[in-house]
Amino acid sequence: MTADTISLFDATIIRRAALDSFVKLDPRHIIRNPVIFVTEAVALLVTLLGVRELATGRPWHFALAIAAWLWITVLFATFAEAVAEGRGRARAESLRRARSDTMARRLIGSGRTETEAVSATALRPGDLVLVEAGDLIPSDGEVTEGVASVNESAITGESAPVIREAGGDRSAVTGGTQVVSDWLVVRITAAPGNTFLDRMIALVEGASRRKTPNEIALDILLAGLTIIFLVAVVTLVGLADYSHTHLSVPVLAALLVTLIPTTIGGLLSAIGIAGMDRLVRFNVVATSGRAVEAAGDVDILLLDKTGTITFGNRACAALYPVVGVSEQELAEAAALASLGDETPEGRSILGFVRDRFGFSPERPAHARVVPFSANTRLSGLDIGPDQWRKGAVDSVMACLTEAAPAGAGVAVERIARAGATPLAVARNNCLLGAVELKDIVKPGIRERFEALRRMGIRTVMVTGDNRLTAAAIATESGVDDFIAEAKPQDKLDYIRKVQAEGRLVAMCGDGTNDAPALAQADVGVAMQTGTQAAREAGNMVDLDSDPTKLIEIVEIGKQLLITRGALTTFSIANDVSKYFAILPAIFVATYPELAALNIMRLHSPQSAILSAVIFNALIIVALVPLALRGVKFTPIGAGALLRRNLLIYGVGGLIAPFAGIKLIDVLLTTLGLV
Amino acid sequence: MTLNGWMQIFVILALVAAVALPLGTYLAAVAEGRVNFLRPVESVFYRLAGVDPDEPMGWKTYAAALMALNLLHFVLLYLMLRFQQFLPFNPAGIGPMSPRLALNTAISFVTNTNWQAYAGETALSYGSQMWGLTVHNFLSAATGIAAAIMMVRAFCAGGLKTLGNFWADITRITLYVLIPMAAAMTVFLIICGVPQTLAGPAHAITLEGAHQVIARGPIAFQEAIKLLGTNGGGFFNANSAHPFENPTPLSNVVETWSEIVIPFALVFMLGRMVRAPRQGYAIAAAMAMILVAAAGCVYAAEAHGNPLLAHLGVGHAMGNMEGKEVRFGTAMSSLFTVTTTGTSDGAVIAMHDSFTPLGGLVPMFLMELGEITPGGVGSGLYGMLVYALLAVFVAGLMVGRTPEYLGKKVQAKEIKLAMLAVLILGISILCGTAYALNTRSGLGSLGNAGPHGLSEMLYAWSSATANNGSAFGGLSADTKLLDYGLALAMVLGRFGFMIPTLAIAGSLAAKPKLPESAGTFPTDGPLFVGLLIGVVIILGGLQFLPALSLGPIAEHFVMLAGKVF
Repeated sequence: MTADTISLFDATIIRRAALDSFVKLDPRHIIRNPVIFVTEAVALLVTLLGVRELATGRPWHFALAIAAWLWITVLFATFAEAVAEGRGRARAESLRRARSDTMARRLIGSGRTETEAVSATALRPGDLVLVEAGDLIPSDGEVTEGVASVNESAITGESAPVIREAGGDRSAVTGGTQVVSDWLVVRITAAPGNTFLDRMIALVEGASRRKTPNEIALDILLAGLTIIFLVAVVTLVGLADYSHTHLSVPVLAALLVTLIPTTIGGLLSAIGIAGMDRLVRFNVVATSGRAVEAAGDVDILLLDKTGTITFGNRACAALYPVVGVSEQELAEAAALASLGDETPEGRSILGFVRDRFGFSPERPAHARVVPFSANTRLSGLDIGPDQWRKGAVDSVMACLTEAAPAGAGVAVERIARAGATPLAVARNNCLLGAVELKDIVKPGIRERFEALRRMGIRTVMVTGDNRLTAAAIATESGVDDFIAEAKPQDKLDYIRKVQAEGRLVAMCGDGTNDAPALAQADVGVAMQTGTQAAREAGNMVDLDSDPTKLIEIVEIGKQLLITRGALTTFSIANDVSKYFAILPAIFVATYPELAALNIMRLHSPQSAILSAVIFNALIIVALVPLALRGVKFTPIGAGALLRRNLLIYGVGGLIAPFAGIKLIDVLLTTLGLV
Repeated sequence: MTLNGWMQIFVILALVAAVALPLGTYLAAVAEGRVNFLRPVESVFYRLAGVDPDEPMGWKTYAAALMALNLLHFVLLYLMLRFQQFLPFNPAGIGPMSPRLALNTAISFVTNTNWQAYAGETALSYGSQMWGLTVHNFLSAATGIAAAIMMVRAFCAGGLKTLGNFWADITRITLYVLIPMAAAMTVFLIICGVPQTLAGPAHAITLEGAHQVIARGPIAFQEAIKLLGTNGGGFFNANSAHPFENPTPLSNVVETWSEIVIPFALVFMLGRMVRAPRQGYAIAAAMAMILVAAAGCVYAAEAHGNPLLAHLGVGHAMGNMEGKEVRFGTAMSSLFTVTTTGTSDGAVIAMHDSFTPLGGLVPMFLMELGEITPGGVGSGLYGMLVYALLAVFVAGLMVGRTPEYLGKKVQAKEIKLAMLAVLILGISILCGTAYALNTRSGLGSLGNAGPHGLSEMLYAWSSATANNGSAFGGLSADTKLLDYGLALAMVLGRFGFMIPTLAIAGSLAAKPKLPESAGTFPTDGPLFVGLLIGVVIILGGLQFLPALSLGPIAEHFVMLAGKVF
C-alpha cells in the first residue's frame, strides 16, 4: 500500500469529505452521536423560528445567524468523520485493485489431476487450485504441494518475493498476491467475500466499525452531560420567568449547544477511525478497534528472543587462544576453517576476523571443503596437507593428536557460562583455541525496553535456549523476565497465569503452534508470513512480519486513548468560559449589574452569544488535524504524562476559549457584523 | 476577617484531623469485623431479627435489605407521628401531626435529611423526639455508613461476588461507633449546660410579671447524634443557635467538630481498607480544600458585611451579625455554615437567610455539589467516589490506558450509573425549583421578592435533594406543594443516588484488582487532588451556575448597586 503518502489535507479527500458531510446530516445516521444529534435538532428548531421571524417581518438576523452557526457546528462534526473515512477509503482503493476478479484453475477429478477454469468468486473452502508463475492467487489458502516465491506487495507493500511452501510455518497464501516462480497447489480456506483482503478493505474503510468499549463509555458520559445541560437550560426558562426575564429560543439554543460537549462529540468517531488508520499506515491490520484499544492497556509484552530481541543468528564475538598461540594465529586459523562454511555463523567468523585482524583469505583453488555433518559436528578446509577444523568442542577434542593445553577447558567453560556457544578451532589436529558465538542483541533494544518500563509495561523474553543462555541474553537486553526452554504450552500457561492476576498480555507469533497462545493473549499479533492458523488466532496481522512492531502497536493504542481523553478534557474545560460569555449577556437586561460578570468585556449581549457559538463551531474544525494525527505519545510514565496533558488540554481548555471568544467578538465588532 | 477568626477555624479543623485519622483505622477494623468485644450483644439482635450476620450478600441482596429496613422504619415513624397523642412521654399533650407533614417528616428523617417543616418544641412529643427522631438519626446514619463500607469493599480485592452483610454492618456501626461516640458527646454537652430531662416545659414569671413557658426536654442525646450522624434535625426550631442546644463557644467547637469527624474518618477508612492510606489522604485533601475555600468565602463575605449598612453608619466592626449569635461570631458561624452544608447535616447556628448574598451562595453550592466535602456520614464518601470515578475516566484516558481507580477498571457500566446518580441531583433541584417558582403556591411560600426569593426556593430544593435539611429561612415550607415535592426530592436525592452507587460497587466488585504499575494513573498525589476538585466543580457544580446567577449572584451585584430585597 502506498499508505503513508496520503497527506493530512489531500485535496480529493477533502472535496469528497465536504460533500459527504452534508450526506451525513441525515438524522438516521447522526442519532448514533447523541451530542451532535441534539445540536442538529436545535439547529433545525432555530432555523424554523428564524424563518418565521423573517416571514412575519420581525428582526430575524440574530436568529438566523445563530442557526447558521449551529448548522456549521454540525457540519464540522460530520466533516471530521468524513475526512477520517476518506483517508481510509483511499487506502482501501489501492487494496481493491488487487481484488479484481481473477480466474482460478480448480483441480477436479478423482486424482485431482485435471483442471477447470472458474471465477475466483466461485471458489469454496476446501477446493484445491493450481497456481503457476505469473498467476494471481485467487483466494486465501494453505499450500498443500509445491514451493514457490510469491510477490505479496499488493498486501504488504514489500516488493521482495517471499517463499511459500507446503507444511511448516510458511504455508499460508493470501488472495490477490502473485506467484513469481514455480507453482503451488493451494487448498482454499476462505469463503468468497470473507478473504483476508476483503476484511482488510472493510476495516480500513471503517465499514465494519463497531464502537470500542472505551468509546461506548465515553459516549455515555457525553450523553449524560448533554442531558444535564439540557435540564439546566430548560429549567432556566422557568427561573427566568420568575425573574421577569424573557429568554428567546435562539439564545437558549446557543447556551445549550455551547455547553454540551460538541467538541469531543464531533470528533469522537474521527479519532477512532484515524487510530485504525494509523495502524494500517504502519502496515498492521487489526481485526477490531477493540484490539487497538486493548493494545494501549497491555501490561506485559511476550517477545520471542530470536528475531525480536536478537538477530536471528548467532555471531562470532570473541576469540580465546590457548597458551602459546597468538590471537592472530587463532584468528587466521578460524577464518580458514570457515572459508567453506556458508552458514551465517561461519560468515560471521570471517567478518569478525576481517574487521578485527585485517585478514580476509581467498579460498585457494585446490582447497577441499570439509562440510558440516550431524555425525562429525565439525567442518573445515583442507589445503594440501594442512587441515583446519572448527566445530563442537567435544568433537574437535576427540580428534586431537596431542592433549589439549591445561587452560583450554577454562575458556570453554567461561564462554558457556556467559550463555554463548564455544567452538573449538584446530590446525592439523592441534588445538589453537576457541571461538565464542553468541546471540547479538539488536542495537537500541535496551533503550526501548527502558521506555516500555517507564510506560508500566513489562517485557518477557521467550526462548527455547537453556536457562544459562537465556539469563545472559536477558541481562544484556534488559528484559524484565524470561521463559527459558519454552515449549508452546509454556507460553499459553504463562499468559493464563498473568491474566489471572488481572494483567493484559500482548504477544506475536507466526507458527501454527503459536495459535493457542495468540488466541489467548489480549493482543495477538500474527505475522503475515505465518500460517493461516496463526493469522486466524491473532487479532492483528503485521504485514511486514516484524515482531519488534509490537512495541509501536502498544504506542498507537495508547495514543488513541490519549487523544480521546485529551479532547474530552479540553471540551469539558471549555464550558467555564462560555458561562462567562453567555450568562451576563442573557441576564443583563433584567439585572444590569450582572455586567460585572462580563469579564471578557465583550461588546454586546448579541456579539457575546454569537462569539461563543462561533468559537464552539470553529474549535471543532481547528482540532480535526489533532484528532486525525493523534496526540503525541512519549513514554515518560503515567504521572508525568498526565501532568503534561492536564496542563495542555485541561488548563489550556480553560483559558483558550476566553482568548478565542474575545478575538471573535473583536472581529465581529470591527467588521460591523453585530 | 481577623487572625483570631482564622485561628478558630483552623483549631477546629486540626481537632478533626487529629481524631479522624485514628478513627478511620478503627472504622476499618469495625468494617472488617475485627472489632467484636460486644459479640454477645450483637448475637441477641441477630437472633431477635432472625438474620444470619455471616451470610454474604451480593450488591442486590444488600441493597434490598437496606431498602426493606428503611421502608419499614418510614412506616413506623409515620404512624408514630400520626398517633403521638396516644403514646407515652407527652407531658405537653401535643396532638397528632397532619398526614401530609407526617409523611414529609418521616421521609425526612429516614433519608438522613431532617428537613423540618414544623417547630420541634410545639409539634412533637418527647416520645416522638426520642424513639421517633433520635432512633432514626442513628438508623439513617448507620445506613449511609453501611452503604459506604459496602462500596469500599468493592475496591478491596478482585473477583468479589459478595460485599458483606447489611445486618451485621448496621449493627456493628451502631454498637461500636455511633452509640459510644454519641454517649461521650452527650455527657460533654450536659457538662456544657445542655438539658437532658423528661420533665415538661419549665414555667417562669419574668421580672415584669409575665408568665413564660420555657421549652426543654431530652435534648443532649439527640443533639449528639444529630451532629455525629450528620442528621441536623434540631430539638428546637432555632436548631443549634438555641442556647439549650448549643450553649457556649466550647460546645460549639465540639458540635462543629462532630459534624465532619466521621465523614473524614470514613475517607481514611477507605485508605486503610484498600491498604493504601495515601488514597484516603488524597480524597480527604480534595474535600478539605473545597471546605476551607468555602469557609474562607463565607467568612470573607460575612466579615465584610453589607456595604449598604456600612454607608448608613451602622456599627459594623463585627461584620454582618444579622441572624448570628453573638457568642459564636462571624468566624465560627461561617465555619459551621460550611460544615453543615458540606456534610448532609443541616443543623444551623446562624440563619443562612440573613447572610450576605455571597455568604448564602456558598452553602447552596456545597449542597448542589451533592454534599461531598466531606459529605454526610457514608453518603459523602460514596458520593465523592462517584466523582472520583468520573474524574479518573475523563482524564485517565490521557495516560493511554483504560482508566482504573484503586485497581478497578472504570468502564461503560460504571459511567452509566455514575452519570445517572449525578443527573438525579440536577434534575431534582433544578426542575423542582423552576416548577415551584411558577406556581401560585410556590410563590406564596416565599418570604422575599426578587433574586432573594429565588435563592430561598433554590436553597429548599438543594437542601432536600442533597439530604441536608437546613433551611434558608424565610420560606414557609409546610404547604402541599413543598411537603410532597420536597419529600420526593429527599427520596430521589437519597435512594436515587445511593442505589446506582451500590450497583457501581456490585459491578466493580466482580472485576479483577489490577496491580499498580508505572503506567497506572496515580490517584494518590496532588495532581489527582487538583483534578478531582476540578471535576467536582465543573461536572457537579457548573450546571447550577445559570440558576445561581439569577439568585445570589444577581442579588450580590444588585446589592452593590444599592438595591436590596
